[in-house]
Amino acid sequence: MAAEKLLDFDVALEKFEPVLGFEVHIELGTVTKMFSPAPNPAAFGAESGAQSAAPNTLIATVDLGLPGSLPVVNEQAVRYSISLGLALGCSIAATSRFARKNYFYPDLAKNYQISQSDEPIAFEGEVEVELDDGTVFTVPIERAHMEEDAGKLTHMGGSTGRIQGAEYSLVDYNRAGVPLVEIVTKPIYGAEKRAPELARAYVATIRDIVRSLGVSEARMERGNLRCDANVSLRPRGQEKLGTRTETKNVNSLRSVERAVRYEIQRQAAILDAGGSILQETRHWHEDTGVTSPGRVKSDADDYRYFPEPDLVPIVPSRELVAELRAALPESPAAFRRRLKAEYGFTDSEFQDLVNANLLVELGQTVSAGAAPAQARKWWLGEILRIANSRGVEAGTLISPFDVSELIALVESGELTDRLARQVLEGVIAGEGTPDEVVKARGLAVVSDDTALIAAIDEALAAQPDVLDKIRDGKVQAAGAVIGAVMKAMKGTADAARVRELILERAQA
Amino acid sequence: MSDFSREQVQHLAALSRIALTPDEVDHLATELASIVDNVRKVSEVATADVPATSHPIPLQNVLRPDVVGDVLTNEQALSGAPDAADGRFRVSAILGEEQ
Repeated sequence: MAAEKLLDFDVALEKFEPVLGFEVHIELGTVTKMFSPAPNPAAFGAESGAQSAAPNTLIATVDLGLPGSLPVVNEQAVRYSISLGLALGCSIAATSRFARKNYFYPDLAKNYQISQSDEPIAFEGEVEVELDDGTVFTVPIERAHMEEDAGKLTHMGGSTGRIQGAEYSLVDYNRAGVPLVEIVTKPIYGAEKRAPELARAYVATIRDIVRSLGVSEARMERGNLRCDANVSLRPRGQEKLGTRTETKNVNSLRSVERAVRYEIQRQAAILDAGGSILQETRHWHEDTGVTSPGRVKSDADDYRYFPEPDLVPIVPSRELVAELRAALPESPAAFRRRLKAEYGFTDSEFQDLVNANLLVELGQTVSAGAAPAQARKWWLGEILRIANSRGVEAGTLISPFDVSELIALVESGELTDRLARQVLEGVIAGEGTPDEVVKARGLAVVSDDTALIAAIDEALAAQPDVLDKIRDGKVQAAGAVIGAVMKAMKGTADAARVRELILERAQA
Repeated sequence: MSDFSREQVQHLAALSRIALTPDEVDHLATELASIVDNVRKVSEVATADVPATSHPIPLQNVLRPDVVGDVLTNEQALSGAPDAADGRFRVSAILGEEQ
């Protein structure tokens, strides 16, 4: 990929005002698809079964658009969509309709996607987004609408699985028809040099809202949450918006931030040199940190939207909307405020959690019974270290429930910190819950003194002068024996107990 | 009568993946122009306070419970496919990008 010219970020910001917009797609975690009774590969807990299902085994006639098949709307998907709309501060439509978005591409078998056009389920909301230093930025939401996901194409015969040079493509429709909610913002002004940071924080906020509602697992690395970032620049003092590009394939919070920064610098270099921006989609390349041109963006008119004749309108009753509103959980913003106050974290301790995107995990770990300080220690310590070394998000490695169980095992004395780290590795490696890993790997602390005494006897036999030294007041001499015992027991001994037993022996 | 340019017809043909001869383009330009005129007549009376007639049958909220129903086997799914490989539909090389 030829590197394009970039303007220095600060210079770009002096000359131009960035205007952002986001389209975030959320795969809902319903049991079945949006319009068909086939199992949803994005369903909650589907990782072991459906997620890895063989191609074209999670489809019904509707998903293939077979003649005579008719879509029927999934009630749970509508409830989830309304909840999400409410959590985004949106109004819920009195009447909402589906529409056909027509295009020819084999990722959908019907030659159209069922989406919503001018009558979305939710519209006109706003989301409070907290930046790294605690500043709150309000992002205006235009709409949240329901639609269906498309199938997956694999391009074959080319050198790198790319479209260019491919001889043919293989299509798996398992993902076709997965319920989606697309959240569209209005143009976002005033982020200025914090535009890249706001982009990341916005997507993180949406993810947190979605997770707190329990409508999707919202795992970006699995495509449960996908972001298209729109960026345009306008010269300082100009009212008219510049031409925008839409960057796709930004699949982590970090890449959202990097992609927005890159587009600002790239567009600024073109405009600064007197050029003009082409309205197009661009693809983000995580490995090289650049965007490359995709297709020239079609006009919305080219999709020839029209009302979906196979589906009747959705008219949510006032009672349903009131019920879902009453059931809304605490917003992530309110949750943060409470967490900070209740858990007694300092600003910097709290900020570390925010920066690592671990607030939700921390809250869930505490709800599952762990002490806040311990939960914080494990998430920000060992788990974050492993996550960083693998380049993934800590929250994807292990469930809060397992962390809480691990902490309980340490608290009860069944595990030392050192053993607990081994158990953590096992859990992350998919060997089971902490309890199961302890049993399978035989890692529990040996609390039976007879085994310890035997090991101590052996160590003392090798270092017979230690007891005399201790009697002479050189208690630190016990250290060598403790070390030998720990080694012999492969770390499953409680060092404090070993020390006690050695001192008792010296006094005997 | 409305103007319908050859370019507009060709654009629509491209979107619909229909190959047209030059004669057909000319012919359709005339036909589409008269269709547009007729639709325009409707929009003269269909003001904002006239409800849409896309769904004339008074039905709403036809929903199904979120329960798994009939699913096709891989063999059934692929049985009508012109070509298949590795349990997937095989299609000719695609120009352009995903939507």
